[in-house]
Amino acid sequence: MSTLRNSSPLAVTGKYLALGFYVAFALFPLYWLVKIAITPDKLIFTEGTALFPSEFTFENFQTVLIATDFLSYFKNSVIVSVGTAAITTAIAAAAGYAFSRFVFRGKRLIIALMLITQMFPLLMIIAPIYKIVAAVGLLNSLTSLIIVYTAFNIPFATFLMQSFFDGIPKDLEEAGMIDGCTRFEALRKIILPLTLPGLGATLGFVFTAAWSELLFALMLINSNDTMTFPVGLLTFVSKFSVDWGQMMAAGVLALVPSCLFFIFIQRYLVQGLTSGAVKG
Amino acid sequence: MTMIDTAEPGKKSRARPSFYFRYMVEPYLYLTPAIVLIALVMLVPLVIGISYAFQSVNLLRPFQSGWVGLANFEALWSDRKFWLAMTNTFWWTLGSIFFQFFLGLGLAMLLNTQFHCKRIVQALVFLPWAVPTFLSALTWAWLFNPTIGPLPHWLAALGILSEPFNILGDKHLAMWGPVTANVWFGIPFFAITLLAALQSIPGELYEAAEIDGATAWQSFTKITLPFLAPMIAITVMLRTIWIANFADLIFVMTGGGPANSTQILSTYIFTTAFRKLDFGYASAIAVALLGLLLIYAAILLVLRRKLVKI
Amino acid sequence: MARIELNNIAKAYGPVEVMRDINLTIDDGEFIVLVGPSGCGKSTLLRMIAGLEPISGGDFTVDGKRMNEVPPRDRDMAMVFQSYALYPHMDVARNMGFSLEIRKAANEERVSKVQEAARTLGLSKLTERLPKQLSGGQRQRVAMGRAIVRDPSAFLFDEPLSNLDAALRVEMRLEIARLHQRLKATMIYVTHDQVEALTLADRIVVLNAGDIQQVGTPLDLYETPANKFVAQFIGSPTMNILEIEPKQGGLSLKNGANLGVGLTNAQAGARELGVRPEHLNIVSPEEAHISGTAELVEHLGSDTNIHANVPGIGQVLVREHGHFALKSGDPVGIALDLEKTHLFDADGRRLAA
Repeated sequence: MSTLRNSSPLAVTGKYLALGFYVAFALFPLYWLVKIAITPDKLIFTEGTALFPSEFTFENFQTVLIATDFLSYFKNSVIVSVGTAAITTAIAAAAGYAFSRFVFRGKRLIIALMLITQMFPLLMIIAPIYKIVAAVGLLNSLTSLIIVYTAFNIPFATFLMQSFFDGIPKDLEEAGMIDGCTRFEALRKIILPLTLPGLGATLGFVFTAAWSELLFALMLINSNDTMTFPVGLLTFVSKFSVDWGQMMAAGVLALVPSCLFFIFIQRYLVQGLTSGAVKG
Repeated sequence: MTMIDTAEPGKKSRARPSFYFRYMVEPYLYLTPAIVLIALVMLVPLVIGISYAFQSVNLLRPFQSGWVGLANFEALWSDRKFWLAMTNTFWWTLGSIFFQFFLGLGLAMLLNTQFHCKRIVQALVFLPWAVPTFLSALTWAWLFNPTIGPLPHWLAALGILSEPFNILGDKHLAMWGPVTANVWFGIPFFAITLLAALQSIPGELYEAAEIDGATAWQSFTKITLPFLAPMIAITVMLRTIWIANFADLIFVMTGGGPANSTQILSTYIFTTAFRKLDFGYASAIAVALLGLLLIYAAILLVLRRKLVKI
Repeated sequence: MARIELNNIAKAYGPVEVMRDINLTIDDGEFIVLVGPSGCGKSTLLRMIAGLEPISGGDFTVDGKRMNEVPPRDRDMAMVFQSYALYPHMDVARNMGFSLEIRKAANEERVSKVQEAARTLGLSKLTERLPKQLSGGQRQRVAMGRAIVRDPSAFLFDEPLSNLDAALRVEMRLEIARLHQRLKATMIYVTHDQVEALTLADRIVVLNAGDIQQVGTPLDLYETPANKFVAQFIGSPTMNILEIEPKQGGLSLKNGANLGVGLTNAQAGARELGVRPEHLNIVSPEEAHISGTAELVEHLGSDTNIHANVPGIGQVLVREHGHFALKSGDPVGIALDLEKTHLFDADGRRLAA
């Protein structure tokens, strides 16, 4: 279609220029992050605005990994994010399946409630949640973070999963039920294998969200042992009179898993939102 | 699924519950975990949070707590900072959504064509969305700092700034900092959702339009836009609400300053609650914000029903 | 093998009743075709029989046992879907043997049954392929194979041939007819294509707007349609319906042409006369009951369809055997085969003599 039209050399050049702009805009700040992380401390300010550092070093990374609690923060973040992603995806898959396949009383009400959770400032419920978590004695535990993050992410993940299920023809599980499956068996043996890309996309999406959450982690975690990395990273600011190089090195290290995850899932995310893409 | 006893269809008394089970109860089996979690972790705290707006909950004055009726809202009405924050929220949200949307739409249209290395390009341009918010806030704060970031020098070279200074420290320009960071962070969201919508437009429609003699611009306005409209309506609504509530970027980059010039309602809520520890007043601001957002959503939904025909 | 009975079956979506008082008995080994225009409820009825759609009222029994609330997996029925509904992630053999897999049948039994079905359907070389690697016709065969392997008490077909091209459709139709002869199983087949209905069915059920219009053998429906709807739905090309004016001394058409036949008492309320195109003949003006001009002549080789415009009556379609030398614009005289006409009252009911 439009490829036919864009065949004039001017238009093609324009297209690649525009794409170049987007790529540069997306990557430049990340490059700057890496640049500061590998610039030796003494040069950070003197060569602050140079595009390339005249020397580079991995000292910051070394220090972060060995001399700080970064690895502990990192481990906590992995536990919280993987736990949140797995539980959220399981719960959201079940709920998305119900929305996609059943007509039942109360459906509109539940959808409306889920939409409302997307509307109010989460800041509003920090204090009540703090009180509740304190009351059940879960402060400073990773469990409380997993539960809270799971609840936050369920609505969007549910809508995402629903759109994946909507893309799979109903006939398939009906054929399965006629072939002798219960509905649950049909879901497990026929529908879920077909939704794997969708499950992957949801997992990745929730993982990145949990990986970068700061405010609730800040409120619910005080002890150094259970800090997740965004909270831990802030301690770089307060503890050592802001060691920017180390902080950025830690940031780069923390960025790696969520970026890898996202690069892997972004294709499925587009696919899942494209209605009917799974058909045929 | 253990309770279905269908092997004996002759027995009505046992078959009835299974019938009921299959069509009325079963969906709730799948939904219960989601509903319970959302109710306990979000809706109950929300109700408690709203109730704070009518109480005096100040950790600095623990002995004066109790119901105060509308006192918090009366204070709000005469709070100059509140009205300033509301104006700032408006510009912050409008500026962010405007650039995010149009740049996102442009990116989605580009990604919907064929070009070399498409997979890699697509993965790279979506990357900012995976960056933890406060990390991007810090990075952008650095980029705007003239001693360690290149942006002020570039802007000065282009003649946009008279000399390389930090716009985050300038009362009139500070808002552009967080807005830029937010646009950078938010383009991928619009690009992903709009790309998905673009890909679901059947190709035959464009071919039909081309045969009917439509120009590229005409097929964009007559086919692409109407097909995108439902997705545009829902994403713009969700994003507007999300951005208006989004405090992290501003909080890390400017903390609301200088002189409250970047103070938006959500950062004001945050500082009121966690700096002044006045939860009652913070909740009153939050309720006001929630009310504004609900009105906005209602208007958009009505508009959508009138404008969107597909 | 199964004898299926529907007694006063009703279907409602919330307060909206779309079907009521459906009564039908399907004998063991019978091939029943449900036919009707789209939206008439034929697929819904089939899905209620399969257990995919809840039955809102009445009794549904198989061999005397009430099955209303039995879930699909326990009804022992196989179904071929319009979309085929092949499991995309399983190869042909696994697709066909899936029901046995679910029932935990012995491995050898499953393999031998799948192989046998694959051989019958000419799929032996394709058993390791995935559905997406098959052509439309092959997919259709796999869907049939999946049903055969189960050896069910009844087969249900939901427009199984509508996604195939014309040639393949004829071939698969024969295949299904052969299958029925071999298995002698009860089969219920939904289609909107009357040719499929007429060629396959032992009995046809004509549905319209959620009501059964008529149940009968193909010949019954053709020769004695219960009402105008069935008369027009069955038979191709469609039956001509001409308005009549019952007068003293016999039946006359709207333009005054007297057909010279009397009406029995039972036929006193007749308002319209139906006559199939094949029961009209082009004749010389003297022998003609009505006359007009040929507007359009279709030469099909085996037949010639003449669309004539008759003043005072309107369009009349005549079908002549073989090639009939006639051009558009030629004047034509038309004679009715009075033995083969049908009379309908104001409500569209057919009036017997």
